Amino acid sequence: MSIRPERQAPPEIFYNDTEARKYTTSSRIVNIQAKLSERALELLALPDDGVSRLLLDIGCGSGLSGETLSENGHHWIGMDISEAMLDVALERETEGDLLLSDIGQGMPFRPGTLDGAISISAVQWLCNADKSCNNPRLRLKAFFGTLYKCLARGARAVLQIYPESPQQLEMISSAAMKSGFSGGLVVDYPHSTRAKKYFLVLSCGPPSTATALPRAKEGNEMSEDEESGSECDEDGGTTVNVSERQRPSKKQRKDSKKSGKGRSWILKKKEQRRHRGYTNVPDDSKYTGRKRKAHF
Amino acid sequence: MRLLTHNMLACNIKGVTKGFPLGIEHTRLETKESELNADFLRHIFPKLDWKAFHEAAQSVGVNNIPDQVEPVMLDDDEFLRKFHHALLEVHLEEGALICPETGRRFPVTKGVPNMLLNEDEV
Ligand SMILES: C[S@@+](CC[C@H](N)C(=O)[O-])C[C@H]1O[C@@H](n2cnc3c(N)ncnc32)[C@H](O)[C@@H]1O
Repeated sequence: MSIRPERQAPPEIFYNDTEARKYTTSSRIVNIQAKLSERALELLALPDDGVSRLLLDIGCGSGLSGETLSENGHHWIGMDISEAMLDVALERETEGDLLLSDIGQGMPFRPGTLDGAISISAVQWLCNADKSCNNPRLRLKAFFGTLYKCLARGARAVLQIYPESPQQLEMISSAAMKSGFSGGLVVDYPHSTRAKKYFLVLSCGPPSTATALPRAKEGNEMSEDEESGSECDEDGGTTVNVSERQRPSKKQRKDSKKSGKGRSWILKKKEQRRHRGYTNVPDDSKYTGRKRKAHF
Repeated sequence: MRLLTHNMLACNIKGVTKGFPLGIEHTRLETKESELNADFLRHIFPKLDWKAFHEAAQSVGVNNIPDQVEPVMLDDDEFLRKFHHALLEVHLEEGALICPETGRRFPVTKGVPNMLLNEDEV
């Protein structure tokens, strides 16, 4: 298995001229990034009124993700730390405005200005401390804190990430929640190691029915043209349960009050423990969570 | 970089509280025509800081942007054309953006502002 790019060098070094060109001329990568961007835009759930919006593309690279935004009629501002990637974006005459910037240093925008943000295959880079002055937790905090501020109230950010491990995923999502975002994780094709994709779907402002998480895609649809993704998928096959991250419906909440820690709660906890790597979790059966008869 | 982006950008150096609007220095500007989209202009209008937009337009030599605006003006085609031109057709290609509080220069090359901060600015 190849070494993850994030472990090889800092992004501004890894994405040099050669890599930037290689990246953007690979039809496989172009294809995958386009699909991921379309999905992110769909999850962004902008009002269906045909009006163009001003969006942010975080870690825009050579503009592959931004192109999808342009095709859908939106204006965008792209941020990236790699000059080589931005140079390719300029050559390709992408329509967005570009900024050379490090998202771990925070977003340089006025509060409440942007209608939404997407990020495709970039944010996991923040988990690697490539310089002694770089503390991943502080950088994630700066990133999410300033992202939250510059988005308009009610706006969404959809971040497709390639986490290296469940711990990394947890580190990224908890940093987002601590910054005030609501929302959670959508895992598309959770049962396919190769096609599985993580989208952190975040909303600015208090949760409401309008911010309920969209459904994940099932099956293996993406796997045909997809080999382990551009940033190397991990092989662990840890399925993060999407529904477990969703806010329970009113009915569910009432149910759980009524029956205390019922069957569904037990199943959920067992699933969580399996997910965390415990091997001693008993199998689920029809007896799971049943009331025991009193024996005398 | 267009004035649309300029109007959203702010200096985020640690400790800076008034990092907006960034001053504009230019050695090369470019005009690129684009299609006018009235819906977008109306949508973005309330999000703009008009005073900063008006000043920015002047500093890139566009002098037909009124300093006072009323939302009703968004129904006037003539106004929309000027608004569109200043907001989306004028590109700052070479120059710099200047933090109003610290005077720090963010160089702009090939249309791309370099917003990278030094270690002691984070
Ligand atoms: C796999 S590429 C994806 C590019 C683009 N979003 C796409 O879909 O084609 C990841 C990008 O994230 C950028 N990146 C990584 N760390 C970054 C950081 N700290 N600040 C800004 N950009 C970063 C890299 O330079 C690279 O261009």
